[in-house]
Amino acid sequence: MKRLFPILAVLTALLLVFALYQALVVAPTERTMGDVQRIFYYHVPSAWTAFLLFLVNLVASVVYLVKRNPIADALAVVSAEVGVVFCTVVLVTGPIWARPVWGIWWTWDIRLTSTLVLWLIYVSYLMLRRFSDSAQTPVLAAALAIFGALDVPLVYFSIWYFRTQHPQPVIGGGGSIDPRMLRVLMINWMAFLCFAFLMCWSRYRLETLHREVEEAEALETLLDVR
Amino acid sequence: MNSLWPITVATLNKDVRLEWRSKDAINSMLFFSLLVVVIFSFSFDPLAEESRHIVGGLIWVAFLFAAVVALNQTWARELRNQVLDAYRVSPAPANALFLAKAVGNFLFVSLLELLMTPLFIIFYNLRPLGPAWQLVPIAALGTWALVVNGTFFAAISLRTRSREIMLPLLLFPISIPAIIGMVEATTVLLTGESSARFWIVLLLTYDVVFTTACLALFEAILHAE
Repeated sequence: MKRLFPILAVLTALLLVFALYQALVVAPTERTMGDVQRIFYYHVPSAWTAFLLFLVNLVASVVYLVKRNPIADALAVVSAEVGVVFCTVVLVTGPIWARPVWGIWWTWDIRLTSTLVLWLIYVSYLMLRRFSDSAQTPVLAAALAIFGALDVPLVYFSIWYFRTQHPQPVIGGGGSIDPRMLRVLMINWMAFLCFAFLMCWSRYRLETLHREVEEAEALETLLDVR
Repeated sequence: MNSLWPITVATLNKDVRLEWRSKDAINSMLFFSLLVVVIFSFSFDPLAEESRHIVGGLIWVAFLFAAVVALNQTWARELRNQVLDAYRVSPAPANALFLAKAVGNFLFVSLLELLMTPLFIIFYNLRPLGPAWQLVPIAALGTWALVVNGTFFAAISLRTRSREIMLPLLLFPISIPAIIGMVEATTVLLTGESSARFWIVLLLTYDVVFTTACLALFEAILHAE
């Protein structure tokens, strides 16, 4: 298993370079937006990866609450952390693209706002994990993760109705996408998924090591007291 | 299950009596929201016609912050003399304790709203242009939305370091849909521009979803070790 990690790391690096070349050179230039549209190949795959990781977090949390399996809890931490990183990438690349195209950095539109709220929910999840360093943390965090997931559809509907009440800038929704662009998008998504998997893997190893150290320390204290 | 209601009523009774004698939570909430009313009045012209569009948000922000003050005290009282530990080892259903606490907080925050609303009306010269009676279901549903999750998250933040600050950090992100619902429903009624029906349905859905979730998960939280 340990030997597999560097091999996968090299493969991911190669795939990322190939995806970068595809996005910057091979993909056709968008007619109205120009080259700035190429940020799309980072923005969208990051968003999909983040949502996938949040889904993993939910499943792991439910599994933990039912089975009390420490591996599920470790997976929940890892997926939430890496998910927040990718969600941050989405929230940063979005305004960079929006400024030249829409003329504003940010608009309180449904997709932007709900992604921001999702990010807030998972940051609060990570804060909870950080602020409660005890044996109870996994249960508390798992409960919060389920609350967060239940909240997502409600957030979406409330903002959808809230914002359709008001005028908003027109967003390039709908329409069709050039098949070449779609291909590049998919290559980038594959690269990002491999990268996310790699990050999750190394973070998972770190988490298990961390737990082993904690256990050893606890054991040592017990022996000392005796 | 048949012991759920007697224990809920007994715990609620105890909490209400404690609050009635000390008036800790209600006094701090009242003074806190009064401060919010006064301080916010400096940030815009409170008597202008346009302030109608802002006041809905302002009222609920004041109540939200004030509710956090009460919610933080919910469980702290049970930590003294290890009451919560005693409850944990007793055969009493966990949900009875949760319901009693949530209903207690609901009563306290509702009382706060009842006392503060006239003050808002006077200070901001409010006159609802929509059907004003709808404010009652909106306030009830909105308050329950804040309080049910607030009670639950207060139980979570009880186990963390710096628990006073942890509660709003957990509660506010999850409460965003409920806050949008309350604020928009109130604004719609004040301005009389459109119907508040969607927001009432949203708040009702929020309440049902999260009350169910709280009741399903509270036992795990109480016994988390």
